[in-house]
Amino acid sequence: MVLMLIKTAKASLIYVLTIVCILFGAHLSFAAGDKITYPQKEWSFSGITGTFDRASQQRGLQVYKEVCSGCHGLRLLAYRNLKAIGYKDNEVKAFAAENSVNAIDDEGEIIERSARPSDKFVSPYPNIQSARAANGGAYPPDLSLIVKARSDGANYLHALLTGYVEAPSEKKVPDGMYYNKYYSGNLIGMPQPLYEDGVTYADGTKATQEQMAKDVTAFLAWASEPELEERKKTGIAVILFLLVLTTLSYFAMKKIWAPIKNREI
Amino acid sequence: MSKPKFKNPVVKWIDYRLPIFTFMDHELNHYPTPKNLNYFWNFGSLAGIALVTMIITGIVLSMNYTAHVDYAFDSVERIMRDVNHGWLIRYIHMNGASFFFIVVFVHIFRGLYYGSYKAPRELLWILGVLILLLMMATAFMGYVLPWGQMSFWGATVITNLFSAIPVVGESIVTWLWGGFSVDNSTLNRFFSLHFVLPFVIVGVVILHLIALHRFGSNNPIGIDVKGTQDTLPFSPYYTIKDLFGLGVFLTFFAAAVFFFPNFMGHPDNYIEANPMVTPAHIVPEWYFLPFYAILRAIPDKLGGVLFMFGSIAVLFILPWLDRSPVRSSQFRPIFKIFFWVLVFDCILLGYLGAMPAEGIYVILSRIATAYYFFHFLILFPLLPYIEKTKPLPISISVPVLSGASTASAFAVREKK
Amino acid sequence: MSIKSSSKIEKNETKRDFLIVSTYALAGVGAASFAWPLIDQMNPAADTLALASTEIDLSSLEEGQSITVKWRGKPVFVRHRTPDEIKQAKEVLIDGMRDPQTDSDRVTNEKYIVLVGVCTHLGCVPLGQKTGDIKGQYGGWFCPCHGSHYDHSGRIRKGPAPTNLEVPSYKFLSDTLIRIG
Repeated sequence: MVLMLIKTAKASLIYVLTIVCILFGAHLSFAAGDKITYPQKEWSFSGITGTFDRASQQRGLQVYKEVCSGCHGLRLLAYRNLKAIGYKDNEVKAFAAENSVNAIDDEGEIIERSARPSDKFVSPYPNIQSARAANGGAYPPDLSLIVKARSDGANYLHALLTGYVEAPSEKKVPDGMYYNKYYSGNLIGMPQPLYEDGVTYADGTKATQEQMAKDVTAFLAWASEPELEERKKTGIAVILFLLVLTTLSYFAMKKIWAPIKNREI
Repeated sequence: MSKPKFKNPVVKWIDYRLPIFTFMDHELNHYPTPKNLNYFWNFGSLAGIALVTMIITGIVLSMNYTAHVDYAFDSVERIMRDVNHGWLIRYIHMNGASFFFIVVFVHIFRGLYYGSYKAPRELLWILGVLILLLMMATAFMGYVLPWGQMSFWGATVITNLFSAIPVVGESIVTWLWGGFSVDNSTLNRFFSLHFVLPFVIVGVVILHLIALHRFGSNNPIGIDVKGTQDTLPFSPYYTIKDLFGLGVFLTFFAAAVFFFPNFMGHPDNYIEANPMVTPAHIVPEWYFLPFYAILRAIPDKLGGVLFMFGSIAVLFILPWLDRSPVRSSQFRPIFKIFFWVLVFDCILLGYLGAMPAEGIYVILSRIATAYYFFHFLILFPLLPYIEKTKPLPISISVPVLSGASTASAFAVREKK
Repeated sequence: MSIKSSSKIEKNETKRDFLIVSTYALAGVGAASFAWPLIDQMNPAADTLALASTEIDLSSLEEGQSITVKWRGKPVFVRHRTPDEIKQAKEVLIDGMRDPQTDSDRVTNEKYIVLVGVCTHLGCVPLGQKTGDIKGQYGGWFCPCHGSHYDHSGRIRKGPAPTNLEVPSYKFLSDTLIRIG
């Protein structure tokens, strides 16, 4: 019996190790190549049971709206999505109505109408070319997927937003470029966006640079992965179910095989 | 074997005219399976389940996907954000590809370790290699569909491999693209092929199973089944074992889908394809990395392509390269050591495939590539002349049955 | 001894059956619940549902004019009825109609009739929105596919259609602004 247990344990260990090795190898291979490491922050949405902090997300939306949205779009998000971070129907409607979108009227003329909750976030520039032209040739990327589109996205974003420091004397910073210690190559086209009290938070939170960076990161992390909370919640249920099923099938297997194994011993 | 009796009159009526129930009962229920299979034999059925999962989620995704360069990226994001459970279905499909390859790689290495490719199972093995090739083609084209940066540049680099063919290379690449670069026509045909190839795989899998059932499964000892005392009916013994294996597999799979869905992906693929800018480090999906390392190890363009395809081609002739009559590594002490060297070599190639092609990595890639071909082309044919194999048991039942008299009794019965 | 051991085996048998049956049953439940996301993905997605309600401004719609608005992929007819049309719609006897309904059951504000412009027969779009259109024998709408005649209230009066034109659920947000859906 003990021998059998050891044998089973050995087999399952090999099984698990094989999968872990392959997975880890796969991950290692991608992780390599990134040389800059970012300060690792505590995020409410990381971990197996992580959820978003509504208040922080709402402050982040305010930072996005007042600071980032001048240059960066959020084109994959619709105004109606804001309900998920705790806004009510009428608030979403009012928020959307502050923007205008092009439409075609019955005479075929292009007119502007105010945006509705079903509309996507209005981008600051009509196309990439005009965005480039308005920003000295550098395209301010759309932020809809920014946290997923960078490795270690949330920490990267936070580090970048707080990484503006005095350039070392040997580094030449050309006009229209700024020094950032976390940007690859250190020269970035975006001027420092966040300054202390750059926004006045509606909930009275002190708007330090750190606070704003954390809030806007929390907001944009949600914009990248709006399914995150539902995904993790479903995941826990599914894995618990699978553990029960696997355990049951293990004992069922032992039962079915018992006569065979007994005969062999 | 007695003919199965079906109680249900409808089943009876149909089976009399179209014996599918008899067939299924025979192949899935009574199918005699060696009684000593270990957990590595679970990976075949796992691969089948992975294939079915990929096809089901894929069909569902295709209902929501738009194969056009202007809409592909956004349609995938719409699946992730707006379609009911779309994120779940897409993450299952995306991670399912990786897990399918994990399962298939383990399945292949199991075949190598226990000599499952040897006579009379040569065609079974060759069909398996064919499935691997089809899987690689399907996975590659599937990765293009979300139309992110890695999709685009992966498609560009891989299709450009064909330009290495002398004289007609350029024309072939233009033909593959349907234009002068990877563009809308390319995306459309890749979608079409990505949809249809899995069904071709199903066809080859059926042939794989027919070939398997001709002589039955190999087993860890690698000797032939001598009679019914060596086998068990597939059901309930292996159905329950497969269910247990599936449970373990799905637990890992669910962990990836729900908690680390982008672990095996690349962040750059969440940036929409841009034909004007190549990402700093382009790497293929992890399951192509060993082949990619072989490609880059050869300093010549055509040579690299030939060696890369050669690394799979060599698998087709494997049954004739290995001259040893002993199947299982359990009785081949030297072969067993080299098997693990090969495993290490393949993992090393995978690692090197992800590293920049410079300095020590290039040298290591060349050594690892050289070993890969040495293993199959030189070691396999020569080893039987050097290696002293351990004595083989008389039958599967013998090592587990008590008393030599029983064993000899079986042996006598066999002779009759 | 034989009795004892046989009862032991029997007990063991049933226990084993229960364990095995419940294992396979649970696996079945798992497979079935996986089917739900695959089925539900064919239901309207969040962005489709967001467009499920439309607001229509009626301030520029003159008496005797009609407009057609797209709502959930289908045409919605809004007609600013003339006093004469209203009178006809209200005074006609509903007895003997195929789908008897009074006009007041079909309107919120009797000046405006709001209808889903899809014939209840087989889904064609009836004529009658434009001034020059054939409006059928009862002056409302006429479906050219199989000849269904609708009156000023959109009620079926003649032809194969089984029911009146559908009135969508809508609400007047102000005197001249309605929200459909």
